[in-house]
Amino acid sequence: MVENRPFLTVLRHVVLLAGVAIVLFPVWVAFVASTHPQPTLLSGVAPLWPGDRLVENYSQLLSAGMAQAGGTPVGLMLFNSFVMALLIATGKIAVSLISAFAIVYFRFPFRMIAFWIIFLTLMLPVEVRILPTFEVVADLGMLNSYAGLTIPLIASATATFLFRQFYLTVPDQLAEAARMDGAGPMRFFFDILVPLSRTNIAAIFVIMFLFGWNQYLWPLLVTTDESFTTIVMGIYRMVNVSDEQPQWHLVMATATLALLPPVAVVLVMQRLFVKGLVETEK
Amino acid sequence: MAGIGIRDVVKRYGDTKVIHGVSIDVADGEFIVIVGPSGCGKSTLLRMVAGLEEITGGEVAIDGRVVNRLEPKDRNIAMVFQNYALYPHMSVYDNMAYGLKIAGLSKDAIRERVDKAARMLQLEPYLDRKPRQLSGGQRQRVAMGRCIVREPAAFLFDEPLSNLDAKLRVQMRLEIKQLQRSLGTTALYVTHDQVEAMTLADRLVVMNGGVAEQIDTPMNVYLHPATTFVAGFIGSPAMNFMPGRLGGDGRAITLDTGAPLRALPEPIVGHGGEKPVTIGVRPEHLALVGQPEAELTLRARVVETLGADTLVHGVLLDKDAAIVPVAGEGGEVLAARLPGNVTVREGDTLPLRVAEGALHVFDRETGRRLADV
Ligand SMILES: Nc1ncnc2c1ncn2[C@@H]1O[C@H](COP(=O)(O)OP(=O)(O)O)[C@@H](O)[C@H]1O
Ligand SMILES: [Mg+2]
Repeated sequence: MVENRPFLTVLRHVVLLAGVAIVLFPVWVAFVASTHPQPTLLSGVAPLWPGDRLVENYSQLLSAGMAQAGGTPVGLMLFNSFVMALLIATGKIAVSLISAFAIVYFRFPFRMIAFWIIFLTLMLPVEVRILPTFEVVADLGMLNSYAGLTIPLIASATATFLFRQFYLTVPDQLAEAARMDGAGPMRFFFDILVPLSRTNIAAIFVIMFLFGWNQYLWPLLVTTDESFTTIVMGIYRMVNVSDEQPQWHLVMATATLALLPPVAVVLVMQRLFVKGLVETEK
Repeated sequence: MAGIGIRDVVKRYGDTKVIHGVSIDVADGEFIVIVGPSGCGKSTLLRMVAGLEEITGGEVAIDGRVVNRLEPKDRNIAMVFQNYALYPHMSVYDNMAYGLKIAGLSKDAIRERVDKAARMLQLEPYLDRKPRQLSGGQRQRVAMGRCIVREPAAFLFDEPLSNLDAKLRVQMRLEIKQLQRSLGTTALYVTHDQVEAMTLADRLVVMNGGVAEQIDTPMNVYLHPATTFVAGFIGSPAMNFMPGRLGGDGRAITLDTGAPLRALPEPIVGHGGEKPVTIGVRPEHLALVGQPEAELTLRARVVETLGADTLVHGVLLDKDAAIVPVAGEGGEVLAARLPGNVTVREGDTLPLRVAEGALHVFDRETGRRLADV
């Protein structure tokens, strides 16, 4: 908009700032709570300004964890979650890139049926098929392993569909030019299609990383070993300690820590994403 | 460098036949332009030569070797696409080098060839740029550079200039011609633009509905069109067509109105007696003459003054000054291109004569040429 009326400008900023405040306030409260000792939080009045226990609370969590909730160090939980989210996101992207490639660029029997079957799996998220999937993973001996945590979550109709839509917008002549240049299908895929999909990959990576990071039910089911606890499971376990007051200061610190990696991923990827959008290629 | 042999090539998509057996013999170093209206199968034919489309029937040979079953990369050809099809994420240098890298040339050899092509095409300052940072003409040159570095037996072009504006098109047309001449590489060039076709071609292939109607030099196609289609397609403004009759002696040509035009010096071989014909005359082959010598009389309806020429659109009159219906492109109207210094007003009656050898007689049933007088 090219309009330039001071009143509107002020109004716009007020609305935006109000929005930011509404979104950020709970995060701020969580952070503030994580810097106080437990008694302050149980007094009934939530503090609005940081206390003096920042270093103590966080160092206790990262190294020793919370004794009442199994005592798994939060650092390990963060690591587990990070590995899980990373494997799920990259796995999903790799599998989807290739299956979309097969569907768009190759004429094989039952091609459209294959596509629709993939599409139908949209209706079968892990939660729906959790028992049979658990059975399979257990039979394969993948309980308590990163493989068990991630592989069943990797197949992705959404990402396949998105990449398919993108490939369909790539001009046929590009594939033909590559063919004239002597590039076989896989060369075309790696040298041309994947680089062109860069911005799509970045966007899907962000979404899928968050999806992986936020998994709760599946990790809870396939891991019994403390060393595979993920951060989302950890928080839940800390809140539900039996026979005791929840250690809100530690819970809030864990929540704050759990927030950081996704935020980092979004920030890093958003740059690439915006850069890709600005220098429109194709 | 090598010739291309296209022999009885047929293309079918399912039950639809798009190419009905086309044969073209392209000599080494020759510039062949395939021209025809949209949808006549030009691209399909070219893509079969390129190996991007399977050949349903017939044979394509490059350098004497039948290539029907070879992959495009093994045919030793290079192609310029209509929208250039440059790799958007690669620099100009990499776009040109990509094929050579795949072919396994050494880094030094690649650099040498790309630099040479870049120099030839004045692309040296742009080697590090991405295609989107180039103008249309520069992209066009990169697409050509990508072909040149391969040092192929033949260049294939599919309407390479249609994305450019008119001025640039003329300039790139010249550049393509010069480049092809200096490299001496055989070229097969597809276009729907007759000016491009006439100016570029050593020989023209005029296609219509999946058939090559005429294959000849541009001048021969212009002077002796083989069919009414070719006659109407090549030349601007388009040729005038009038219904007429060939006399029983195989020589006399009369308009359907009964007005005699002129007689052929010799009877047409195997003319089979009197028959309906189509008479074709190009607007530029009509000249203003005195009444006694006139073959056609035109009443001017619209006069367009172009400076060098005056273009008169008018209706044909018989000797009683009644309007004679003709079956031309523009309906009832015939066109005559007269010198710019004659003054013609709307409503004027113009006695006209057809230049020697510029009266084309076509069989009305088959559309084939019978004679030019
Ligand atoms: N893949 C295809 N399937 C069916 N018909 C096709 C296909 N490609 C082209 N055609 C048909 O073949 C004819 C010739 O097409 P084309 O060679 O592209 O024409 P041109 O390049 O002369 O404009 C057209 O009638 C078109 O509809
Ligand atoms: Mg075409």
